[in-house]
Parts: sequence; structure tokens; C-alpha cells
Amino acid sequence: MAQAPTDPSSAEAADPEESSPNMIVYRKIEDIITRMQDDKTGGVPIRTVKSFLSKIPSVVTGADIVQWLMKNLSIEDQGEAIHLGSLIAAQGYVFPISDHVLTLKDDGTFYRFQAPYFWPSNCWEPENTDYAIYLCKRTMQNKARLELADYEAENLARLQRAFARKWEFIFMQAEAQVKIDRKKDKTERKILDSQERAFWDVHRPVPGCVNTTEMDIRKCRRMKNPQKVKKSVYGVTEESQPQSPVHVPSQPVRKTTKEDFRKQITFLNLQIDRHCLKMSKVAESLIAYTEQYVEYDPFITPAEPSNPWISDDAALWDIEMSKEPSQQRVKRWGFSMDEVLKDPVGRDQFLRFLESEFSSENLRFWLAVQDLKKQPLQDVTTRVEEIWQEFLAPGAQSAINLDSHSYEKTSQNVKDPGRYTYEDAQEHIYKLMKSDSYARFLRSNAYQDLLLAKKKVNN
Amino acid sequence: MPWETESKALLKSRKITSFPHSACKMATEGLHENETLASLKNEAESLKGKLEEERAKLHDVELHQVAERVEALGQFVMKTRRTLKGHGNKVLCMDWCKDKRRIVSSSQDGKVIVWDSFTTNKEHAVTMPCTWVMACAYAPSGCAIACGGLDNKCSVYPLTFDKNENMAAKKKSVAMHTNYLSACSFTNSDMQILTASGDGTCALWDVESGQLLQSFHGHGADVLCLDLAPSETGNTFVSGGCDKKAMVWDMRSGQCIQSFETHDSDINSVRYYPSGDAFASGSDDATCRLYDLRADREVAIYSKESIIFGASSVDFSLSGRLLFAGYNDYTINVWDVLKGSRVSILFGHENRVSTLRVSPDGTAFCSGSWDHTLRIWA
Repeated sequence: MAQAPTDPSSAEAADPEESSPNMIVYRKIEDIITRMQDDKTGGVPIRTVKSFLSKIPSVVTGADIVQWLMKNLSIEDQGEAIHLGSLIAAQGYVFPISDHVLTLKDDGTFYRFQAPYFWPSNCWEPENTDYAIYLCKRTMQNKARLELADYEAENLARLQRAFARKWEFIFMQAEAQVKIDRKKDKTERKILDSQERAFWDVHRPVPGCVNTTEMDIRKCRRMKNPQKVKKSVYGVTEESQPQSPVHVPSQPVRKTTKEDFRKQITFLNLQIDRHCLKMSKVAESLIAYTEQYVEYDPFITPAEPSNPWISDDAALWDIEMSKEPSQQRVKRWGFSMDEVLKDPVGRDQFLRFLESEFSSENLRFWLAVQDLKKQPLQDVTTRVEEIWQEFLAPGAQSAINLDSHSYEKTSQNVKDPGRYTYEDAQEHIYKLMKSDSYARFLRSNAYQDLLLAKKKVNN
Repeated sequence: MPWETESKALLKSRKITSFPHSACKMATEGLHENETLASLKNEAESLKGKLEEERAKLHDVELHQVAERVEALGQFVMKTRRTLKGHGNKVLCMDWCKDKRRIVSSSQDGKVIVWDSFTTNKEHAVTMPCTWVMACAYAPSGCAIACGGLDNKCSVYPLTFDKNENMAAKKKSVAMHTNYLSACSFTNSDMQILTASGDGTCALWDVESGQLLQSFHGHGADVLCLDLAPSETGNTFVSGGCDKKAMVWDMRSGQCIQSFETHDSDINSVRYYPSGDAFASGSDDATCRLYDLRADREVAIYSKESIIFGASSVDFSLSGRLLFAGYNDYTINVWDVLKGSRVSILFGHENRVSTLRVSPDGTAFCSGSWDHTLRIWA
């Protein structure tokens, strides 16, 4: 049963399976486990412990594992080390010798390392026939430590019903396994039995425990080569088992064509010509943004009057719904024109101000184009026409001021109406508003009064 | 022919970069026979090298170095403030409503639930005809939700408060992909939906008619995530995939504007920095990274020796100072975006964290997990 351990380092780097998400994690854990067992470089103390009339071979305490993790993986918090250790156990790389539940405790509880043969990276998918053989053979052996737990007894009963017709076969296989096991050295048997049990604790976990073999279905296709999947611990396979739907091999990767390369070359050339900013500039910009908004970030600056989730009081949201914007909210409109346009109350104030100056056509055009882009496809043509009539046609009611080039381009676009007909014009108007209308708005009494909380919002 | 030799020389010297399409075609047509697959590949490789060289010249400092002058963050006390129980299997996705308290969540058991997470009441529930509903989204109006998964579709359900009406009756099938739907998002309107799929493409759809407005091709494998740029005027979005690439797209033309490939494995989640100038990614390589669009480069990497499981979902706090990331090791790590250090680790979920979003006003974030629950943290 226990075959020569698989040498993890012999896995070819070119093997696409090596890069599958699960395998990446397994290899990292295996690296940790290997280092942990290396006594030359400060590994954990693995000992044989004397207990009553017998010896417990090859064990290490949970506390030693936790300590090793903290020291060698730079973990400052004990809880974090215990959590990581528990995950390594749950994946099946280390296990408590006296418990089916795979978790790590930071105390004198004894743990053993799993044999590489049973490592999850070997793509195990043991079938129920194997599990039946295993449980069956456990009942054949007269050892207290091999007694079935309640959930195992229930599983066995269920399997007996399911495999009623081939139970004789299963029984024979179990007997054969017992015979093989008997031939082994006593100490070796203790270790192997525990490792075999730990293997089944991963693949048939205790009810209520996380089944770490569950897969993310989006990643299944690439995960396992059906040929490499190991289905049987005892060399037995269910004949009628159809290929698992999860193992439909992914489409063969399309070879890169000349056209692909040409596209790549075009793209790369565009990138090379792109004007980029220096990291120092970018860093300054990112820092400046967070510094400007930190007072609005409830995770950093506690929300006033309170964070509804913490206080269970929705007052903050009620205040925001009201038409009276707080000074803090009004201040934000001054950060950028986008902030004014984003906030419905800000947008409204901006519009009113412009209307009071009889210069609201630009903003209304901008809003109309935003609205156009939100329309269902079937309504687009009508809206395009409406916008043209109101803002751009000769003698339009709310004529906007476009330069001749933009106007010419837009007139052409209107002939083939779509959601982006006014994109160019909108961009132009946006820039205009930013430097003109928006700047005036911020200087206006209407805005300043709100900012200094001198006046209430006029409805 | 003389023009052939001349244009070959011009192209070689890279003096022509923005060529009118027809002229370019004419110039390269004569070159087709001379370009082998190998020579094109070599050219691409050498351009990649040149691009990296150019970018490296601008890499004069690291973000965390400049951020040394920034005040350190204090200690955080983030706790689970609400636990939403009701799903019968793994929670795969969630999204917030603009009202800052309602959420929609979807699960492996085919159920999509709308909750008022403030009160923890379930307000709507619909059972999809497929299992593994991997994507769901709330409409900007708050009047509809979209969802899909193994059915390869994205469907829109109007939310009705009429107790007698069956939500599933008004279902509208909008998007059709040739593989699973991995992500979906409304644009700033109830009328358009952006989708990402295991078929390697993203697509923009008109909800009313179900018509495909634009498709986005370029990923070399399944696309797992997407996020729309936060700008009021922008027409761009970013996507991440199993090809380890994050790509920024122009929604209007369908073209890829920028591409980033520094992760060592699948990118499970992408999210824009609130200013729209950068975005973060979470990957199966157990790291999260920050990419700046103006530098066209990765500018930070968030990782620790003790974090070995993949990051499944990321989102920023309102100011962009904090990055919340959910992992396959059941934890949530909170990162200081500027300094690159981890400020907090949150335990609570009993299985993988599969989805994480900060609320619209930044007062909390919600995490969904394979342990069947959702948690609101603040």
C-alpha cells in the first residue's frame, strides 16, 4: 500500500498542471512541510514518545509546529500561525494522531506528517469502493485504535446498502489488504495506519468539517489530467464509473497565428508611443488623492453622527437623503467637477446656479448626452434627434457653443445615430465647463454660502 | 517594387506609428511573404523588451518609499456587524444596491437572494435553473438584479414588491456566452450590462433587446472578473483572467487600451482605485497588486510569506487608502495601499471567502463565503 514516496521536485516545470491554482498551493505547503521536517536546518523535533505500555513513533507536538511556523514564516500573531497550521492539516499534510478532525492545536497534542504517497498533489479522487474496502478492513482488525467512529459506522452501513451486489468482492479485497498489512513491522504499521486514516479524513471528512477537496468549478477544467487522477488506493476501480463531468479536458490552446503576432506588434507599438508618468509623480498623485478623501473614509475617519452598522442607527443615511447637504459634502463638490456631477444635490445646485446666470445650456447638454447613453437601443435614434433639435440645430433653443470642427464632426455623426453620436461634442463641452462654468460656480455666493453653512438650500 | 523596399525600411525604423489603416495594409501586403511566424514572434519579443526598457526608465522610486512620509494608520477594530444566513450552499457573488444597505447574493445552490442587510431580512429570492450562479449585480435604479453562471447566460429580474407576482415570471434573458458567466455589472444605467465569461470574452449588451452592443476579445483564457471605471465620463473597464492578464478596454471601440501581465496565476478579482487612475487585482498566486494606468505599470505588490492561498476578491475603502482582500484561506487581509503593509487580518468565515465588496458610501464591506454565509464588517 505504501509505495515509494513521490518526489515532488521531479514534476516537470513544463507540465501545465503545475500551474493550476490548487497545485500552486500544494507546492507551497509541501515546501513548508519539507523544511519543517529537515532537522539540519532547524526543523521541528520529531520523536518517539513513550506511553504506558507502548511507544508512539514519529510525532511532534502542536506547540512545536506553531512555534516553527511563527519563527520561519515571520508570523507575529500566534492565532495566525494556528490558523495556517490548521489549514495545512485540513489539506492533509499533517494530522493529529488521535482525532479525525484535522485542525492544529497549540499545545502538547501529537501530530504526524503525512506520507508523500497520500499528498493531495497526487490528484487523488478515491472512489467509494475504496472507501468501503477501507472501512471494511478496519472492522476486521481487533485494535482499539482502529474502531470505527459513529459517522464511519453510518458511512459503512450506507455503502453496504449501495454496494449490496458486490459486497463479496469488497469483503475479499478488505481481507487481502489485512493480509498485506499484517506482514509489516509493528511500528511501521502504526504510522501507516494513521496516515491512511488521515487520508480518508481528507477525502471523507467528519460531518461538519470543511471538505478541502471541493473545487472551484471555474478552475476544474485545467486542474486535472484525467489520466493522472488517482482513483484507487487499493488498486481497485469501479468499472461503471463514467468520466467525471468535471474532467472534460479544456480546449487545446489555440496556436498563435501570424495575425495574432501582427496585432500584438501593433499594440506594443502603441504602448511604446504612449506618454507615461514617472513613478514619483504617480506616487504623489495616489497619496494626494487618499489624503484629500481620508476624512470621507468611514474606515479611517469615523462617520458622523455614527456609522449605522456599528451604532444600529440609520441617522447618517437619513441626513444624506435630506436636501440639506452638510458642509463636508459641499466641500467635496470643490474637489473636482466629477464630484459635483456625481452627487444629485450638487448637480442640482450647479444647474440652478447656471440657470440663474442664463448659461445652463452646456450642463443640460452634457446631462442629456449622459442620459442618451443610458437609453435602450430602440430609443436612441429619437433621443439623438431631440438633442440635436434642442442644442445644436440652427436656431436651437439652448444652443451650445461648439467649435466648427466639433460641430462638423457631430453633424456627420448625427446621420448615423448611435449612443456615441455626441461623444466628441460632450468631451469638448465637459472641458469648457470645467474651466469656465465650474470655476464660476465654486466662486459663487450660492456655493460659498453653502460651504460656510450660511444659508439653507433653496427649494 | 521600389515602394515595397521603402515602406519596409520605414516600418523597420518605426517612424510610422499611426498609419491610416488602408495605407498600412498596402504597405504590409507586399511584406507578407517575407514575414515568417518566427520573425513576427521575434519582432514581438524585441518590442516587449523595448517597452519594458522604456517603462523601467520611469521607475525612479517605489510607492512605499514615497509613502514613508505619510502618517501611519492607527489600530483597526473591524468586526462582523451582521451575519446573513439563508443560502444552502457556497455563496459565490454579491453586490450592493445604491441605497447602501440592500445587497444581492448568489450561490452554488442556484438561489439568488436580495437582503436588506441592515435588518438582515430577506426581501426577494429566486431560484435559477442552474447551479453555480457565479455572478450577480444590482441595477443602479435598485429596481432589478442580474445574475448568471453555468447556464452561460446573464438574466435580468425586475424586483417587484407585489407578493402575488412570481419574480421568475418577468425574467429577461440578456447575455448569451458560449461558456460560464463569471461576472456581470450594469453600466451607469439599467439598460446596459457588461459581462465576462469562461469563453474568454467580455461583452456589452442592451438589456431591452438582448442585443450585443460590443464584444471584447483579447484574453487567452477564461475571463474571471471585471470592473467599470468610476469616472462620470469614462468609457473604460478592466478585466482579469486565467491568462494572468489584466486588460483595460475602450467600451466604445472594443479595443484593448492597456494590458498588464505580472501575476503568476489566475486573476480572480480586479477593482479600480477610487480616482480611476489605478486598479488592484487579487490572484491565485496569493498576492494582490496595484497597477497604475498613467505609469502603465505595476506599482505595488501586497504579499506575505505566510499567505499562501489565493486572493479571491478585492475592494478599496472610499479614500483608496485601504485594500480589503478575501482569500481562499478563509481570512480577509486589510492592506495599507500606500505603504504596502498589512494592517489587519480578519477571521470569522469557516471556508473560502469568495466575494467581497465595499458598500457605496464606504461605511462597511460585505464578504461572502463557501461557508454559506455573508458577513457585513465595519
